[in-house]
Amino acid sequence: MSAAATRDERLTIAAARALRDGQWCFVGIGLPSAAANLARRLHAPNLVLVYESGTIGSKPEYLPLSIGDGELAETADVVVSVPEIFAYWLQAGRIDVGFLGAAQVDRFGNLNSTVIGPWKTPTVRLPGAGGAPEIAAHAGEVIVLARHDPRTLVGRLDFTTTAGFLDGGDARERAGLRGRGPTRVFTDLGLLEPDPVTRELTLTAVQPGVDAAEIPGRTGWPLRIASPLRVMEPATSHELAVLRELKARTARAHGRTER
Amino acid sequence: MAEILPLDAAIARHIHDGDVVAMEGFTHLIPHAAGHELIRQAVRNLTLLRLTPDLIADQLIGVGAVSRLVFSWGGNPGIGSLHRFRDAVEHGWPRPIELVEHTHATMTAAWVAGASNLPFGTLRASPGTDLPPLNPAIGSVECPFTGERITAVAAHRPDVAVIHAQRADRLGNIQLWGILGVQKEAVLAASRVIVTVEEIVSRLDRRPGDILLPAAVIDAVCEVPGGAHPSFAQGYSTRDNAFYAKWDGIARDRQRFADWIDRHVRGTRDMREFLEGIRAQ
Repeated sequence: MSAAATRDERLTIAAARALRDGQWCFVGIGLPSAAANLARRLHAPNLVLVYESGTIGSKPEYLPLSIGDGELAETADVVVSVPEIFAYWLQAGRIDVGFLGAAQVDRFGNLNSTVIGPWKTPTVRLPGAGGAPEIAAHAGEVIVLARHDPRTLVGRLDFTTTAGFLDGGDARERAGLRGRGPTRVFTDLGLLEPDPVTRELTLTAVQPGVDAAEIPGRTGWPLRIASPLRVMEPATSHELAVLRELKARTARAHGRTER
Repeated sequence: MAEILPLDAAIARHIHDGDVVAMEGFTHLIPHAAGHELIRQAVRNLTLLRLTPDLIADQLIGVGAVSRLVFSWGGNPGIGSLHRFRDAVEHGWPRPIELVEHTHATMTAAWVAGASNLPFGTLRASPGTDLPPLNPAIGSVECPFTGERITAVAAHRPDVAVIHAQRADRLGNIQLWGILGVQKEAVLAASRVIVTVEEIVSRLDRRPGDILLPAAVIDAVCEVPGGAHPSFAQGYSTRDNAFYAKWDGIARDRQRFADWIDRHVRGTRDMREFLEGIRAQ
């Protein structure tokens, strides 16, 4: 008998289900990488994982710690330079899905991974943009993974690192952003999707057992709830077993270089 | 023309206080041994160019060697913050640091332009974001053919580029493979080039996906086995992920960091002694 899914496991499994076999997915590190690799082991064996270190078609046996672990290069179909991955592959429009995390997400799916506080005098300096702004600009669509709390899902970003729907409505198209933007934000409590007109992120589904009434209190803006509200399929024992096996293999692999 | 030198001599000859220094290597092939040598020689006031300032930058920033950082992502990959980088930005410790901040795509365009001897590179950067107005090296041009506004990024032309590679031959031709990052561009954009290598061999047997950098564009080649640690050299070593995790604790505390640098970097003569020291722990 396996233990019930943790919140991170529910989030990882729900996001993994959103990827389709054969898609080209530009993968951020952390939860997105776990979910993308889980998808490849479940229903999407031909999912092409692209990492910003230039590895295309990586098939890692365990999860990488960084976007440039040797495992990603050694299992890739091809490894290209960083200028090439951003210019020829991402900018040229060959990526179906960008799979991203962020420190802050606002109601229009804009992301902050740069600073908390002012840029010049931040209270918390975060790592910065990396590949995210151009991934979100050029990928066919963007799927965001976030933990559901008011510090992450905020009323106002401290800094707009990565554009979602900007001020909402048709602002994204008017600004000249080409991809469809953040079509889904998976959290550990449920799923947010943009309203077709205002593009405001709306709660459209909840994880089983989650009381929808508690979610607005954990969201930094007055969250709208779709009606009817869908309840997501629970994680199956197979999905959980595959994810846990992947995590266990990862822990063993990363411990191997311990000195 | 390339000269085969010990690393300390190469650094002393080619890197001076106040230089603009690129130390590239995208997770793979990070020139850590050269970073240590800059600390031992107490080089100051550097402008450091690096897409992903990770542990190598944390160490140089933590000892106060860097006055300006040009970068696009500053973290400990998969672990979290770079605490010395954060301390410098958030508290000016041990000295204030000026940031010139890019995205990977804009920084990469600056490298391609530098390698091509162009004044600027072009790309379609993301509109609607807060970063480009904060970086004076990012502007825009009108496409002469379509009228479209295209992002322009001033070229990187560093005084020195430092990279780590798998192999060199005795003439100083350089061979690298695996994740290649922007090392070729950084080398071709720089006025002077130092390359540390895992080994110097008499003949460079080609590998799938490798590139060669001819000796004509290299100034100094230094044989430093393990010179990328805790990063790695595909075919020679694997990434020491456990060290990256351990670094979080070392760098979190000013005193613990200072003690670590004194013991493991200033207290050792070279990469061989450094590796012996951390393996003994």
